Amino acid sequence: MAEVTGIKDYIRPENLVYSKTRLMTDNVLHYCPGCGHSTAHRILAEIIDEEGLQQDAIGISPVGCSVFLYNYIDIDWQEAAHGRAPALATAIKRLCPDKFVFTYQGDGDLAAIGTSETIHSCNRGENFLIIFINNGIYGMTGGQMAPTTIPGMKSSTSPYGRDTVRMGFPLKITDIVATLPGTYYVSRQSVHTALNVRRAKRALKKAVQYQSLNRGTCFVEIVSNCPAGWKMTPVEANKWLEENMLPYYPLGDLKVPQPEKDLNPGSTD
Amino acid sequence: MAKIRGSIVIDIERCKGCEICMVTCPTGTIKMAGQVNHKGYFYAWPANPELCIGCANCAVVCPDGVITVYKTKI
Amino acid sequence: MERELRLMKGNEAVAEAAIRAGTDGYFGYPITPQSEIVEYLMEANPAETTGMVVLQAESEIAAINMVYGGAGCGKKVMTTSSSPGISLMQEGITYIAGAELPCLIVNIVRGGPGLGTIQPAQSDYFQAVKGGGHGDYHLIVLAPASVQEMADFVELGFELAFRYRNPVMMLSDGALGQMMEKVYLNPQKERSGISPDWATTGKPPGRERNIITSLELDSAKQELFNLKLIEKYNEIREKEVRFEEYQCEDAEYLFVAYGTSARICQKSVQLARNEGIRAGLLRPVTLFPFPEKQISRLAEKVKIILSVEMSAGQMIEDVILAVGGKVPVFHFGRMGGMVQTPEEVLDFLKLKIKEA
Repeated sequence: MAEVTGIKDYIRPENLVYSKTRLMTDNVLHYCPGCGHSTAHRILAEIIDEEGLQQDAIGISPVGCSVFLYNYIDIDWQEAAHGRAPALATAIKRLCPDKFVFTYQGDGDLAAIGTSETIHSCNRGENFLIIFINNGIYGMTGGQMAPTTIPGMKSSTSPYGRDTVRMGFPLKITDIVATLPGTYYVSRQSVHTALNVRRAKRALKKAVQYQSLNRGTCFVEIVSNCPAGWKMTPVEANKWLEENMLPYYPLGDLKVPQPEKDLNPGSTD
Repeated sequence: MAKIRGSIVIDIERCKGCEICMVTCPTGTIKMAGQVNHKGYFYAWPANPELCIGCANCAVVCPDGVITVYKTKI
Repeated sequence: MERELRLMKGNEAVAEAAIRAGTDGYFGYPITPQSEIVEYLMEANPAETTGMVVLQAESEIAAINMVYGGAGCGKKVMTTSSSPGISLMQEGITYIAGAELPCLIVNIVRGGPGLGTIQPAQSDYFQAVKGGGHGDYHLIVLAPASVQEMADFVELGFELAFRYRNPVMMLSDGALGQMMEKVYLNPQKERSGISPDWATTGKPPGRERNIITSLELDSAKQELFNLKLIEKYNEIREKEVRFEEYQCEDAEYLFVAYGTSARICQKSVQLARNEGIRAGLLRPVTLFPFPEKQISRLAEKVKIILSVEMSAGQMIEDVILAVGGKVPVFHFGRMGGMVQTPEEVLDFLKLKIKEA
């Protein structure tokens, strides 16, 4: 491993405060520089490791940039057809009720082609976790307009900016699923700053822990960037995300467990 | 009074040079190298290692998880 | 083995046989003429007895992808639908074939194209046998001709699906689904509870992670995978051909027909023989693999072959390939939900004999 190091004297095992989790494989992430997917993968792997769920986890990767998620986290995986991850997860969880089942889906997968599967599995209160990466664009196919592309935002199929009269409005699907009785915990987070990564990890960890209660679907949206698709440097993209995406997709919990439903309140913070 | 000091290790061959760690670092420890790694990226490196306080913000935001962080009191 | 005798609809027999076969999960969506299957399962409520999961999905698309998920865990899972619903499932089916997952799909065929009709037809032969979805793949296709076979082929279907890690389709039709006949049912089997080693069941220490996928971006590797599939299909062609012959020993004229049409042709054979016309029937029980060798052998000794199917002529293409030009092959059949009578079939045969 080629490395550069800071002051060597301090580099001792007892001083270690952060290193890549062992659940992340050694495969080099295929994502573009600065992509939020990578960060989201990493916190997810950390949580699975910290919660001791490696043996129980069955993940479902989507179609889109994160299709190869199964190359990066060392657990069992199924790769779904575009938009269908919640259908797979429904069957997996019902047939293997003791497992921790989750889907990881992008905005095109979850909020366009897979809207039906998303809403119906949340509405049935299926006991799995949905992780929703919203970067407002189709990354893998080369930057086309997504269901979550914000008004005025440019993409290769909205080259003059999303015109809501002709192209419709962005779909706030997280707000929709929060209204469904089947969802237990719904939160929107981001991973564009260190503070937000820490908050996102806290929310995601809560969702993972709630999942074991089998009280319904947990849903965590992560507002993310797409430097290549947005045609910005990663640093510019994160700034743009903060100034443009977050006003449209404000961060925070959209639905928290009702007190009488919460077996273990406050234990996860 | 004890001072908090930190140190980072960067796996430069996995670094994609996105610069997010550099702008995140509160002390200006990290800069981008003037040379590229085997993938052709100008990688991050601890240009001012004595400034590091081991806050781990760089590692937490690093998409590719290439930074390991150590912290100690001296 | 003590088998229980019951009078049942074909659809009900599929449902009851599924419970008794120890099926782990059923995922379906209502569509005529097969809704009795999900209705029967909901009423039987096997969750309380065998632990079988029964779920009414939000669409056929969701149902087949639930089957994918369950099959990926190594479970015995199935779905049923009728033609338009099976069309919706095609994406899921090709993914299942591409990921080499075992499952059972039952198609209670109705007339098409489009919304078509709710009456029986055999016009989904191409879709079932030639692929249906995109890419090079085959389903193993079983064609029942009785309520008994609709029950029996549930267990056979699962057996073949797991033996070859391949989706199996039972290609039935609205007539067989709706008709009542006596049926002998197998005793209740335990659900297995054991998953194959390739299944995603959570990664224990010491084994590599299992990945269920049909994706391979390296074309050289994808080609190797395609070759592996061909090898599997060839093995299936070699070992799994099933068919039935009826009065073929001395036949001069041969009907080739499956499912409901085969039952009709059996009567046509009797009517023909009453008139001194030596007709016989070959009934393919598996449509993939197709009994091409048997048809080719019979083509050596008969004068005319009729492919009788409730369609505009689909299986006839496979019959023609098998016959290899040795004798004339004609199609006869009604369509759009109409069912040919034994007399119509015989009249058509007599016409062709006269023209010859």
